[in-house]
Amino acid sequence: MAQVVSVPRRVSDEALSPELLVQMYDLMVKARVLEERLIRMQKQGDGYFWIGGPGEEAFSVPLGLLVHKGQGPEFDYLHLHYRGGGTMLALGADPVDALRQMKNTATDPYSGGRNFASHYSVRKWNVVPVSSPIEVQYAMAPGTAMAQKRAGGKGITIVTGGDAGTAEGEFASCLIWSSRKGHELPVLIVVTNNQYGISTPYDGQHGEKRVSDRGAAFGIRSLTIDGNDPETSYRAIRSAMDYVRTERKPFFLEAMVSRLYGHSSSSGANFVSEEADCIAQFEAKLEDRKILTRARMSELRTKYTEELLEASKRVREEPQPEPEDVWKHVFAEENMVGKAARKDGAS
Amino acid sequence: MATFVQAVRMALHVGEERLGVTDIFGEDIGAPLGGVFTQTQGLRTAWNSPLDERGIVGSAIGLALAGQKPVAEIQFCDYAFNTIDLLKLAGAMCWSSNGDWNCPMVLMTPVGAGIHGSIYHSHSFDAQATRLPGWKIVMPSTPRDAYGLLLSAIMDPNPVMFLAPKALLRQKAQSPEEDVPGVPSDDRELSKMIDAPLGDRSKWRPRWPNTPDLFVPLGEARVVREGCDATVVTYGRHVHVCAKACAELEAEKIDVELIDLRTLHPYDWTAIVKSVKKTGRVLFVNEDTEITNFGEHLVRRTVDELFYELHAPPKVIAGKHLPGVGLADNLEKASVPQQDEIRDALRNLARHEP
Repeated sequence: MAQVVSVPRRVSDEALSPELLVQMYDLMVKARVLEERLIRMQKQGDGYFWIGGPGEEAFSVPLGLLVHKGQGPEFDYLHLHYRGGGTMLALGADPVDALRQMKNTATDPYSGGRNFASHYSVRKWNVVPVSSPIEVQYAMAPGTAMAQKRAGGKGITIVTGGDAGTAEGEFASCLIWSSRKGHELPVLIVVTNNQYGISTPYDGQHGEKRVSDRGAAFGIRSLTIDGNDPETSYRAIRSAMDYVRTERKPFFLEAMVSRLYGHSSSSGANFVSEEADCIAQFEAKLEDRKILTRARMSELRTKYTEELLEASKRVREEPQPEPEDVWKHVFAEENMVGKAARKDGAS
Repeated sequence: MATFVQAVRMALHVGEERLGVTDIFGEDIGAPLGGVFTQTQGLRTAWNSPLDERGIVGSAIGLALAGQKPVAEIQFCDYAFNTIDLLKLAGAMCWSSNGDWNCPMVLMTPVGAGIHGSIYHSHSFDAQATRLPGWKIVMPSTPRDAYGLLLSAIMDPNPVMFLAPKALLRQKAQSPEEDVPGVPSDDRELSKMIDAPLGDRSKWRPRWPNTPDLFVPLGEARVVREGCDATVVTYGRHVHVCAKACAELEAEKIDVELIDLRTLHPYDWTAIVKSVKKTGRVLFVNEDTEITNFGEHLVRRTVDELFYELHAPPKVIAGKHLPGVGLADNLEKASVPQQDEIRDALRNLARHEP
């Protein structure tokens, strides 16, 4: 099925602690179970549409763990696409809130029942509203990064999207705006390459061997990694972030990942057994290295499955938005993003 | 008397010195040029962007979200059409996040015909702009309003679009009431202070006049002239075209009330209601293409809410539904509303017997 292009490794093989591996595994399972619950909810009529990131957990979870989380330019800005559930859980998001967005309840903290699943927004963590149009986030990313370069701290901008979307003009905008001579910007440009744009295979729309090859033309350091391996991902993201934080210049990280339930509910959202499953692969490693037993891993999956099943039943009873709520927040009454409005204490 | 473009420049100066503007950016607006219309000469925070309108709007959104105060420019509105989904994104930021985020940015762009700008320097944008919920849209007609509306736009917590009628950019205030307060009475003196010299500008620094924090409120129309026989509601350069038509009709003892809407959204419905209740006759004028035109919305609302106040059918005069504005003088005149057409329509409206 998906043809994985050759994956070079240029990141150190330094061992990660067993505690970190267990933490990553726990979050990956939680993220997978959450996506499976969301898919089930949609299929049962408890939501209109599902889209998400099952198959990207080995990359999205380490990304979230490495974010410098907070509000304002001193902290990292996240311009995520709609496959960022693992990142959100790693940041500390409550998975029940994702169920609320699926059920479009008034209690949905991300959009108040206005937007699709996986369209997160958390101002207190610099998570910019996820938007369905492909690639617009790459046009906004240079703006937050400019503010961060000016602020003089260590905050960086992280932007994520898929491989097919890099054909949009905004992807070129991001490469151009973040690499202007003397005006380089602290942006971690991420492409999670699942080899598909809905139904169109990579080879049908790309001439370049790797998307990350495009970085070279702009003098942007670039790397393609096996995003199905959480250890590789963690080390590569950490090393890329260190570079961006310190050098205040862009880095382009392409992660080869799987798409385990297809594009969205519109394509059926059924499990794709032909693609590599990062969790199954990681489980084999953890068992082999005697870090976790099969029994412990099954127990964890069962626990999250039961918890989210129960939570989905509770969410079903939560109130829907009222018709008159459509008129709320068309205009902001106050400047919430302004410096004075922040609670981070940053100047 | 200041010109429109000098007023914009002085407002941006006040913005960056007193109101927290951090970035004034767009194509060719930094030194040495200071904008193709000179609108950003001498400004401390003005910088040249790549030739990339989508990057300009996207970066402005990002800057705004990160607590900066950007004023971005699209060089001609004719080149803003490829930014529409980003404009929608800015307008949706607060609503889609259920009030979690706001997006305080200003987007300036020159609009309209009247300078023989040919097909791609003559487009209007008001019909498009008013179809972007979440944005506030202003379109001033005088240097004073350009100055005061731009200051209000800068202070607003929402995205605000500043449509500058390009035919007015070099036009001076026609009266002290249209002028920016605090500028020297001698035009040459003002020019010496804030217009960049020709040739080498590397050593040149502007001397800014002491202009006040004058905030013209968003959403408030201006009655340009009072009248009782008919009402004409317009904005931008057609305020001046309509004023001339009104002056012609005065000789015929037809007394027309002229309203400059100034803000297209949220617009001053109260001012329209008050005038229509007085005259019972109303004409809406703008130069954007006439099919799905903002004036059509105003007519629809007039019919819905003021039908029994009307003594004549409400009317719209707008640009012709053509792919562009042709370059030849005859073509341009045949494409966008002219003084004669407006005068005749107002005369018919005033004399119409139910």
